[in-house]
Amino acid sequence: MRLTRYDEVRAIASDILGVPAAFLNASSSPDTIESWDSVQHLNLVVALEEKFGLQLSPEEIEQMKTLGDTAKLIESKLQTSPR
Amino acid sequence: MATDHNPPNRRVEVDQLIADGNVERASSLLRELWRRETGSATAAFVATRLDQLSGKLPIAKFKLAILRSFTVEPIVPLLRAEAFAYGIDLDIQVGDFNAYVQDIVDPQSSLYRFAPNAVILAVRSEEVAPDIAINFADLSAEDARQAANRVARSYEQWVSSFRQHSQAALIIHSLERPTPASLGVLDNQSDPSQSGLIHQINRELRRVANGQRGVYISDYDALVARHGSEHWHDQRKWLMARLPIAADHLLHMAREWMRFLVPLTGRTAKCLVVDLDNTLWGGIIGEDGMAGIKVSAEYPGAAFQFLHRVLLDLSRKGILLAICSKNNLDDAMEAIEKHPGMLVRAKDFAAMRINWGDKTQNLREIAKELNIGIDSLAFLDDNPFEREQVRAALPEVTVIDISGNPLEYAAAVRDCPVFERLTLSAEDQQRTTMYAEQRQRAGAEQSFQTKEDFFRFLEQEADLELVTNLTLARVAQLTQKTNQFNVTTRRYSETQIAEMSKQRGWHIFSIKVRDRFGDHGLVGVAITRDEGEQSEIDTFLLSCRVIGRSVETALLAHLAKSAAERGCRSLIGWFLPTKKNAPARDFYRQHGFVEQQKSDAGTLWVLDLKTSTLSAPNWIKLNVTEAAATR
Repeated sequence: MRLTRYDEVRAIASDILGVPAAFLNASSSPDTIESWDSVQHLNLVVALEEKFGLQLSPEEIEQMKTLGDTAKLIESKLQTSPR
Repeated sequence: MATDHNPPNRRVEVDQLIADGNVERASSLLRELWRRETGSATAAFVATRLDQLSGKLPIAKFKLAILRSFTVEPIVPLLRAEAFAYGIDLDIQVGDFNAYVQDIVDPQSSLYRFAPNAVILAVRSEEVAPDIAINFADLSAEDARQAANRVARSYEQWVSSFRQHSQAALIIHSLERPTPASLGVLDNQSDPSQSGLIHQINRELRRVANGQRGVYISDYDALVARHGSEHWHDQRKWLMARLPIAADHLLHMAREWMRFLVPLTGRTAKCLVVDLDNTLWGGIIGEDGMAGIKVSAEYPGAAFQFLHRVLLDLSRKGILLAICSKNNLDDAMEAIEKHPGMLVRAKDFAAMRINWGDKTQNLREIAKELNIGIDSLAFLDDNPFEREQVRAALPEVTVIDISGNPLEYAAAVRDCPVFERLTLSAEDQQRTTMYAEQRQRAGAEQSFQTKEDFFRFLEQEADLELVTNLTLARVAQLTQKTNQFNVTTRRYSETQIAEMSKQRGWHIFSIKVRDRFGDHGLVGVAITRDEGEQSEIDTFLLSCRVIGRSVETALLAHLAKSAAERGCRSLIGWFLPTKKNAPARDFYRQHGFVEQQKSDAGTLWVLDLKTSTLSAPNWIKLNVTEAAATR
């Protein structure tokens, strides 16, 4: 069964934030998830870069306001520069 | 991009095991998860589950403080996961940002209140020596030299101050050389040069470290160079979050720290056990022969010489080497002693188990022989099935993961932290020689320079009898499953064996073997058919676990003896080659049979019973039942 980009990003967020994937959705954000502080945000960025072989710019990291946004960002970056 | 759906299931299983209180199985699965899915996300999962298991694990906590001038938080879960994989439960405290000097000099600091077992001082040239690392072009030669001296003196004071307040181990990052230099190529043509001064500070650091007990230098400059400064650094992360290291190199930083933490916690390996075929040389000695195996200074044999060099380096540090290989002993020993490409010889190995037996058992025997714990062994084998088997049966053994590419073997061994040492004693350097001398002194030639010594050491006892109702099933089973040491590979059912045993002129023998390590059970079958003055060997087979231990000689000698007693003049037998029965190819020749006939199917061998000197070896206690003796 193919996992969507969103599923992959959610799985990583689940590991990093220590929250079961079922409790996360596209609008999950630092405002709605208690463990999602600035330290974890950095950890999340690092994990995404490592997993997808990307380098995210400060502007792009700014765009990662929710899980949904994050998945869209990763997807668009992979489209323009596929591994 | 299709993704393996398995990852979530392992995590679910771990959580279930933790909830059930099955600490051991949860730990084991966590380690497997880390091995299969190494990375930052998995590290976060492993770290949180470790927190849940902590206190219930039978491993000691080790307190590590990290003092730093840059962000290290994303490295912490990676380090905890790596440490756990090596049996270390790390309790990590990260000092305040850039507070390393206060942390060290203030005896009431949170550093000393934490009472760490080890401290890492992770400070970069840019932060601790900005004059030289950044503003070098502004300085006069004299100012530059003084700046370098000030940095070196500062470190000396910090180390001295630290030692006054703590006996913990202190691991100091060396300074990184700025690349490219501020003045470009001019730097290398001048004195003092920017890189030269950093180098000088690092030399001073080494001197300071050597002057104190328990102070060590971690060569950060070399680490960055190894991975490539351009890839190592992440300018954007540095500016955003003071994290100078790129995402995919954080693990390498953690692994560098592990090279110190493993010897500090004593989780080191005392002996590396290596396989032979496709590990110590390219190819299989039993199939390719001396001329066919690859080990030389040229490609592809060079990969194996690189590995030999690593093995020798390990033994200079006092790490013992051993061999565990499934091979005929003499084939293997000939290659080890006589092949010109080998850089390691028998004398470099403290123990050997070269036989067709189970590797798990052999590893236990090696540990016992060398008088070290199983958890002191590391294992290197190209075969992933062997590695998995050892991992499952002996989880305390460090099984080194290698890819299928021999050119990567040397690095895999060098990178394994269980071989790191922080001190070297005279005894370490002499250890391998001492083992060789001790063996000679004891008189028990346990290096088995000759086969006979090995056989005597085994103390084998064998029961030889004709097939009975009780042994019928096992005898038939062996004809059906034995592939390697089987001269004709004829498959018989129980009914067929029972029928044959009733026919005149047919004899079906079985042999059971016990040795000093245990009972192997019924492991050999021989079926002969008398026709006139000839006795033909229809079947001769031996189970893998007893090949190469002269059991076959005892059985064959009995066939010859009993055939002669029945009035036969010759004992004959075909060898019908298959893909798998190479181990039996030379069997008849080695026992004095002569080649009589060759066909497409195979070779017919003959032993003249009048002139034969074939006899059972006297180091096997052979019990022949009456029936088998007189028929």
